[in-house]
Amino acid sequence: MYENPDGVMIGLEVHVQLNKLKTKVFCGCSTDYHNDPPNSHVCPVCLGLPGSLPVINRKAVEAAIKIGLALNCKVEEHTQFYRKNYYYPDLPKGFQITQYDFPISSGGYIMIEGEDGEHRVGITRAHMEEDPGRLVHEGTIDKSKYTLIDYNRSGMALIEIVSDPDMRSPKEARRYLDKLRNILEYLDIFDGDLEGALRVDANISIMGGQRAEIKNISSHKGAERALLFEIVRQKNVLRRGGVVVQETRHFDEAREITLSMRSKEEAHDYRYFPEPDLVPLKISGWAPAIKEMLPELPDARRMRFVEQYGIMDDHAKALTSERKVAIFYEEVAKIADPKISAVWICDVLKGELNYRDLTIEAFRKEDMLSVIELLMSKKITEDGAVDIIRTLLDKGGSPEEIVKEKGLLKVEGDIVSTAAEEAIKENPVAVSDFKAGKEKALNSLVGSVMKKTKGRADARAAREILLGKLG
Amino acid sequence: MITKKDLEHIGWLSRLELSEEDREKYTPKLNSVLDYFGELDKADTGGVEPSYHVMPMSNVFREDVPIASLSQEEALSNAPKNQDGFIKAPRMM
Repeated sequence: MYENPDGVMIGLEVHVQLNKLKTKVFCGCSTDYHNDPPNSHVCPVCLGLPGSLPVINRKAVEAAIKIGLALNCKVEEHTQFYRKNYYYPDLPKGFQITQYDFPISSGGYIMIEGEDGEHRVGITRAHMEEDPGRLVHEGTIDKSKYTLIDYNRSGMALIEIVSDPDMRSPKEARRYLDKLRNILEYLDIFDGDLEGALRVDANISIMGGQRAEIKNISSHKGAERALLFEIVRQKNVLRRGGVVVQETRHFDEAREITLSMRSKEEAHDYRYFPEPDLVPLKISGWAPAIKEMLPELPDARRMRFVEQYGIMDDHAKALTSERKVAIFYEEVAKIADPKISAVWICDVLKGELNYRDLTIEAFRKEDMLSVIELLMSKKITEDGAVDIIRTLLDKGGSPEEIVKEKGLLKVEGDIVSTAAEEAIKENPVAVSDFKAGKEKALNSLVGSVMKKTKGRADARAAREILLGKLG
Repeated sequence: MITKKDLEHIGWLSRLELSEEDREKYTPKLNSVLDYFGELDKADTGGVEPSYHVMPMSNVFREDVPIASLSQEEALSNAPKNQDGFIKAPRMM
């Protein structure tokens, strides 16, 4: 049991941009604006010009239902839109179209890896809304004289996913974000690599204080950092006998601190009222058909991998934690031995990719198959296989070429045998230590054999041969 | 009951600067609007289904098919100021 000594409670609000749709949520402007000039994907609707009328994108509603179902939510019988009124230049209309007391789905959960094993995080609701425009400030936000506005983003379909305050540490918050992103990628409804695809606000409180809402978090790592800072700050306030007040704080990513925003800005008074230009939706009847079409989600795929391929659960979990890796694995495992494939992809390839900050796209499945084939036919050693993978990532080429260039073909047994004899002759101390019962001394002899064969000997075989000669 | 202070707050939310004269003038006006809603509240609505929309319609959709947007020039034509394709506005905090 995780004791949660500080009584930390974290809830997250995640905004997901449905950037795989072709058009915005209430107008037919194209969503493909990321490489285009500002204000080139706008129309009277998303500019909020008088007399324009929003009409909702059917596919956006389907995507919202997909998300709701994937998060184990109930798709509501009746759902409708509201105007959330506030005056800020990112909203051309003076209000944001969003949802309020009738969200499209609510009451779900997801399972994450918690501080003490599987941990359930409740999903309060997942609702639809429109994205505001993008503001650019010359210099810093507090020194800039002007606000520059690009409305290309204005009106992009967003799903806001609100969790219950069920996370008990910054680490759990990060795991929740990772899991959520993974599920959304499986659903194929957004491209997480595009700027602004996933944005996070965090609510956090500790025992004896009120909650702070942290805005301006732009990455999963940022969320963890902001929350770590916030726990320390709130504890310090309480330790000094102060009061932790309810407030909105701004995360300064560069300095990794949170700053109180001026209280006037928090004087939220959104005066929600039903959006008269959009009629209510009664779409719970769509849910069964959409549920049928849902792709296999990470948890289900993990269980299937264990069952179908007989691999360890840890491997199945690592392989399914990114959709693209899971697909890569299945393509390899179709041809090569599934267990060996799992070991090499999880234990070696993923680590090498992480180390270089690369994604699975940087490695070809044909190369993975070649490496496994070379290993299985005992042409190369495990060290040689790691060397090939590293070289492919750093310099490219083909496994066969690398084997040739680097002379990685495993050396014959008699060469190892000769090297072992030499090693024994040259290291009398290690030999006597070993004979006196110090088993570790054998390692230095194995090392010597590996050195003599330039790493091309199989370490396990070298060990056997040495034992034979010493015994 | 709306006070002069409430009016000032409502004005601030809408980014309107209200003079003392405006506040004198609009506070009673808004109160009379509010009083009228008080009248409406007196109607017996027990057993009446709440309605959220004036039209008895639901489920109006658009297909996910792009249509031409405005040109950047058209998009900027209503903006008092622009710079490098952006609309330029006073900074707000």
